[in-house]
Amino acid sequence: MAYVAVSGGKEAIRESIRLLKYHRCSNESRLELEALEKSLGILIHRVMGEAGLYSPAYAALALKQCEGSVEEAVFLLRAYRNTLTRSYYTEPASTDNMRVIRRISSVFKDIPGGQILGPSYDYTFRTLDMSLMDEDAKEAHEAAKEILQSAKPEEPEPMERVSKTLEEQGLLEKRRDEREPFDITKEMIKFPCPRSARLQTLSRADSGFITGIAYSAMRGYGFSNHPTIAELRSGYLEMDIAYPLDDSKTICLGEILLTEVVSLIAGDSETNAGKLVIKEGYGLVFGRCESKAIAMSILDVTLDEPGSAPCNDEEYCLMHGDVLEMNGYISHLKLPHYVTFQSKLAGVRKTKGAKE
Amino acid sequence: MSGNTFAYLDEGSKREIRRSIFKAVAIPGYQVPFGSRELPIGRGWGTGGIQLTLSIIGRSDVLKVIDQGSDESVNAVNIKEFVKSFTDVQTTSDSEMATIIQSRHRVPETPLRNDQIMVLQVPGPEPLRGIEASEEATKVMHAEADYVGIWLELYEDLIRHGSITAPCNYPVEVQGRYIMSPSPIPKYDNHKLSGSDCLYLFGAGREKKIYALPPYCTAVSLAFEDIPFQTEDFRGKSCCLCGAESVYLDEIYDAATGDLRYQCSDTGFCKKRRETCGAAERRLEA
Amino acid sequence: MTFFETPSLRIERLTIRYGAGCPACMGGGILEKNRCAACDTVWSLKGVSLEVYPGEILGIVGESGSGKSTLLQSLYFERPISAGSAYIHEYRGGEADIFTADRQQQREIRNIHMAMVYQNPLMGLRMRFSSLGNIAEKLLAAGNRNTAFITERASELLGIMEVPVARMKESPRNFSGGMQQRVQIAKALANDPSILLLDEITTGLDMSVQARVLDLIRKIKYQNPNVSMLLVSHDLSVIRMLADRTIVMFDGQIVESGMTDQVLEDPQHHFTQQLVQSML
Repeated sequence: MAYVAVSGGKEAIRESIRLLKYHRCSNESRLELEALEKSLGILIHRVMGEAGLYSPAYAALALKQCEGSVEEAVFLLRAYRNTLTRSYYTEPASTDNMRVIRRISSVFKDIPGGQILGPSYDYTFRTLDMSLMDEDAKEAHEAAKEILQSAKPEEPEPMERVSKTLEEQGLLEKRRDEREPFDITKEMIKFPCPRSARLQTLSRADSGFITGIAYSAMRGYGFSNHPTIAELRSGYLEMDIAYPLDDSKTICLGEILLTEVVSLIAGDSETNAGKLVIKEGYGLVFGRCESKAIAMSILDVTLDEPGSAPCNDEEYCLMHGDVLEMNGYISHLKLPHYVTFQSKLAGVRKTKGAKE
Repeated sequence: MSGNTFAYLDEGSKREIRRSIFKAVAIPGYQVPFGSRELPIGRGWGTGGIQLTLSIIGRSDVLKVIDQGSDESVNAVNIKEFVKSFTDVQTTSDSEMATIIQSRHRVPETPLRNDQIMVLQVPGPEPLRGIEASEEATKVMHAEADYVGIWLELYEDLIRHGSITAPCNYPVEVQGRYIMSPSPIPKYDNHKLSGSDCLYLFGAGREKKIYALPPYCTAVSLAFEDIPFQTEDFRGKSCCLCGAESVYLDEIYDAATGDLRYQCSDTGFCKKRRETCGAAERRLEA
Repeated sequence: MTFFETPSLRIERLTIRYGAGCPACMGGGILEKNRCAACDTVWSLKGVSLEVYPGEILGIVGESGSGKSTLLQSLYFERPISAGSAYIHEYRGGEADIFTADRQQQREIRNIHMAMVYQNPLMGLRMRFSSLGNIAEKLLAAGNRNTAFITERASELLGIMEVPVARMKESPRNFSGGMQQRVQIAKALANDPSILLLDEITTGLDMSVQARVLDLIRKIKYQNPNVSMLLVSHDLSVIRMLADRTIVMFDGQIVESGMTDQVLEDPQHHFTQQLVQSML
């Protein structure tokens, strides 16, 4: 039996790209980039986070360009970022100074600074709201403006982290690493890797991938503890760079929206047999991707626990969650494999022939 | 809210869930797998309990919902509102008035009656999960009553920490056969399960399991011969609001004064006590 | 030893086969290695029968793939068998075939009447638990619910196995290979089983550590005169040191058996001869 090779590649590709345009633009209604950016915020956050590039406008553009495919949008942003010169590194920023829009704790009812429910889907009923089918955009916007106007402006005060109290009481196992942070965008990570490399990788990983692994950990694969969220906070944090003409001064570049989670997990001390300790896991992601931030904070702990489940395996978790890598390799299966398959086929035929 | 169905779920689904409940009642402590339906509330937020409640509730029922003992917590109020909006049943915080009590992590202080059903929300129904992650394996272990692992966990806890530190969700052996997770109720509540007048239903929505403890069944908290089962101890402490003793108390730490106070965890019980005590005092004054 | 005693373990025509079999190989035709040339069926064990007596150590030798570990694994219900039967004197007076017992009974046999010590301690120990806990697991499985008794018995066994008291609450994960092996043996002894299955238990250990483990096996033999052991090893010096009787396996079958000295000094089968020669 003969296999017919597909030919005329160039023309096919050109037509394929034309068809993409058809699929993207087959209707008349315009997709406003601003609407995309402002109304599909959490999608934008996810794309920025997995791309590792904070730019809501370009994330919206990327999503528009690829019919809303998250993997393609992340791809576009990553590729774009590599055309940019690295001009500056921002100064370390403390999330204590975050302009908080939401802050909850599951460990204590009363926390210094108070709990702020903020915008959250947690307590909504997930029923399709049919009234949005023909929502008047102007009216809705007016209503939203009113919400803003009725808010009492308050001077934001620095909020201490809930875990700090526990740390001061000596109940937390300290995990300080004073080394210069690793940069996963410039170097390949080696195992075991520094915590900075681990956290960067998790923060940029595919949301579904790390959430699934953290969930498997909670269901007993490699872990038998129930983590508790010491604190989840979302808000805006200013990013500063050193003033190029005077090192002692900084300039603020603007603020970015972040979600930070500190999880607590009680367990046996590795160093002190017979003692129970509380271990701290850290998660930080762009935007309001809360489940991802929580999952990250869980994996930050489970990766150090002994065991052979996926959640205990640093290499497994860090090597398989990158959007570009996993989707790239999976999608490469669509490339022609005529030669390699033919040679496999020959092998199968040989053994078959030998039998008959 | 959209839809006209009574109690949110379609009748076919509710009937299927009721069949699973019958099976669960017929085999006390056995986890019956069921086709858990998606609700407009997040998985892990009480959907097992809600599906049970929705399947058994009728127009004449009176519903009480508590979360960690409290009628007023955000989650309890939310669930109560949800059920109410699709059934229009009466709701209450008085556990004696209720015909169905859905709860997360507590059993009310007032003893329950035979005409009441207690619905408990269950995050992890599998008492063997801590020692075996695979569902396929734990199913076989239950079938063979292979519970060594649970005993081993307790023993290990004992020798590592000097006492059994296992907190809430302390396993019970039902009718001498299945070992069952009582859901994360404090150990203090465990004794209320055994030989109770009321029917206990347990629902785990995410894990897709229903199980039951029918009235008058035994549910024995696991204990070694020489180490008796111990619950949380509140001796010498009482509620700062209603003065109740021998009830489960929440610790309240006043950061400003450094004082430690106690308050009934069962807010409905506490409220009723204060009302009736107040009424009694008023009568005395008159 | 007298041969008039009742055997503690009797195996009859134990067979494990992968493949359907055909008239040629089922009828006892010639196999190439352990594979039937006609139908490709692999015979991991082919009609293995043996008896082990109380207090006896039976050595089982053979090259890898000869079926010696498979024999132990099938006895311990870890590998399904195709045919054959086995009887343990302690279990229902040796009247009931253990392979037809239901799974619950088989677990009871594994926990109480038999115990296995694996080459790899990871197989026999739960690394998440302490050494005491590991022994306790067996005692709990036998129905003990008294923690004072359990701890006393577990400490005693670990003591016999020379595990320091200070480390008994530690997970064997932190131990050296030799010490892990000793914890595994202590665990196996927990319920005084009448049959111990020892699968290459000194393989991979240093010489000095090996010697210590072998000494302990001897000690067990003298302290528990009724326990029978099946000792699988590819190391003839281990067999020479410990085994009373020895069987030689080749391609899933027993090709030679007898008193250990006799088998090793005057091997009859060509494979045994090769094996003994390669020792020199």
